[in-house]
Amino acid sequence: MRFALAWSSLRRHATRTLLATLGVAVAAAMLLDMVMMSTGMRESFRSLLLSRGFQLRLAPNGTLPFDTDATIENTSGIIAFLRRNPDVTTISPVLGGTIHVSRGNREITSAALGVDTRVQGDYELLSGRDPAAPNAIVANDDFFRATGAHIGDTLTVSTGYDAETRVFSSSLRMVLTGRVRFLYGAANQLATAMQLATLQELGGPSRKNDASLFMIRVRDGANVEQTRAWIEVRLPAVSVISTETALAQVDKRLSYFRQLAVILGSVSLFVGFLLVTTLVTVSVNERIGEIAVMRAIGISRAHVVQQIVLEGVAISVIGAAAGLLLGLATGRYLNGILSSFPGLPQAIDFFLFQPKSAWTALGLLALSGIAAGVYPSFRAASLPIATTLRQEAIA
Amino acid sequence: MTGVERVTGSSTGRAADTARGAMPVVQARDLTRDYSFGKERVHALRGVTFDIADGDYAAIVGPSGCGKSTLLNLLGAIDHPTSGSVIIRGTDVAHMQDREATSFRLRNIGFVFQRFYLMPTLSARENVELPMAEAGVAKAARTARARELLEYVALGHRERHRPSELSGGEQQRVAIARALANRPAILLADEPTGELDARTGAEIIALFGRLNRDGTTLIVVTHDEELAGTAKRKIHMRDGVIVDG
Repeated sequence: MRFALAWSSLRRHATRTLLATLGVAVAAAMLLDMVMMSTGMRESFRSLLLSRGFQLRLAPNGTLPFDTDATIENTSGIIAFLRRNPDVTTISPVLGGTIHVSRGNREITSAALGVDTRVQGDYELLSGRDPAAPNAIVANDDFFRATGAHIGDTLTVSTGYDAETRVFSSSLRMVLTGRVRFLYGAANQLATAMQLATLQELGGPSRKNDASLFMIRVRDGANVEQTRAWIEVRLPAVSVISTETALAQVDKRLSYFRQLAVILGSVSLFVGFLLVTTLVTVSVNERIGEIAVMRAIGISRAHVVQQIVLEGVAISVIGAAAGLLLGLATGRYLNGILSSFPGLPQAIDFFLFQPKSAWTALGLLALSGIAAGVYPSFRAASLPIATTLRQEAIA
Repeated sequence: MTGVERVTGSSTGRAADTARGAMPVVQARDLTRDYSFGKERVHALRGVTFDIADGDYAAIVGPSGCGKSTLLNLLGAIDHPTSGSVIIRGTDVAHMQDREATSFRLRNIGFVFQRFYLMPTLSARENVELPMAEAGVAKAARTARARELLEYVALGHRERHRPSELSGGEQQRVAIARALANRPAILLADEPTGELDARTGAEIIALFGRLNRDGTTLIVVTHDEELAGTAKRKIHMRDGVIVDG
């Protein structure tokens, strides 16, 4: 009967209840988005880093991977040295650079990665073949669109453009062998990959034996942090970043986002709470005579409190359920916008849906619904019955 | 127990009353009730004493502000007297804590109000079931009793209707059925015909007469001379005291 009474009192002013529920849904959607954002970026970045199973990354000392143009010298020496550690199972060197491709009378500039195709962890092949030969190159969709090239085409790839002499320092005829998706690529970024040695060659004598980054996989069960420390002590010219330390760096850099998420999430929760409190209080005020009569005919205070709290919880839960769908839709839309942010990997989800986020948002709203019912239910339950009935009769 | 008694009577109260002999169902002793309005103190009741016997039908009459409704509130355990006692079937209800008083009202007192105060979103039958649901009566049993009571007040055919679909007189009859739901010891009515026209008022007056004949103890506060005229006993009040009856 309690549920029936609570439900029927909400239905009595259906439009008002609907509007309040929509208000809660908007607040819930915002809350969910904020909860998704506060945890999503970190989790998304973590899965991205671990997607190919590399737990350690070596970058030039004091930098993050591809944070600067700095490189690590003596790639072959470092690889030979790292192989001495029995916990290291895979070493994937990567050199980053810029290439220019002539298409008709246009010069198209693209990012390029030199990789060891046998162990690379930077791209996934969508069609065609890996660049196994020294003159092979693969590219992403943005590159194909910008150049109008097709798999099998031969391209003139150049590096080291000198603005004064208007010539390139190196050029090479290369065959486009595959279409790939770069895991860490930013939106709309033209990107290619080729053999590490080829890009080192194109970079000239100064890049002959350089790498921008080494990605390292350690054997299952090995202590990643111990391996990290082992390398760091022995190779002072590099920074060794484990997934955990990278996440800590990301956390540090994204702390503004999280603070923003917490503040906006709290505001949403508070707005939802105020909406429900207002609606339930107005509803109680309108029914004050009815409530006094319920009490007079023997309905307990606990029953009155439960009924009113149920009303608040019902609005909150229904609003939260609608907000869940709305939040997912807006999160997806906003994710599309933020993923296009220059310099950030497109694969990162800013609004990553996790069931825990949804339960957190729903739980917080249900709690706020209970809290919202506290004041009006207390007011209703503590009505002096005789005085209220007399005032109602006079009114 | 006859069929009609089963509808209107308080079976537990009646059994207890038989055991106690001729004990009055209501005993009010030296009741006073003062209200404070700022520094001013108003004496709404100034020492009221009377008994109501089982099966009695009393009308409390008097000018506005004489303390009729205040007295009814004290008899119904929805207000506390400043001093004095109200004993209903041997239980002093005057100084009960809220939880105890609520439970007592649920099982022993039926209320009928001037403005009906039915739950607008519930049907007539659900309104009658409400006090029984609170008392923990099983769904099937309370539905059956609600139907029986609605039949008694001649609204069996309107059980699914909501209050907004009923006339004033019909709503008041549903309110009476609701008041009888848990077989109370007494039925208290505050101006039950105050919002009704003469014809529907007469229907309610007739229903009260029938209820009393079938064994219900009734105490009615009214300005309605016709209603007061049907009562077995009139209690006249003026300035917070009983002047006659």
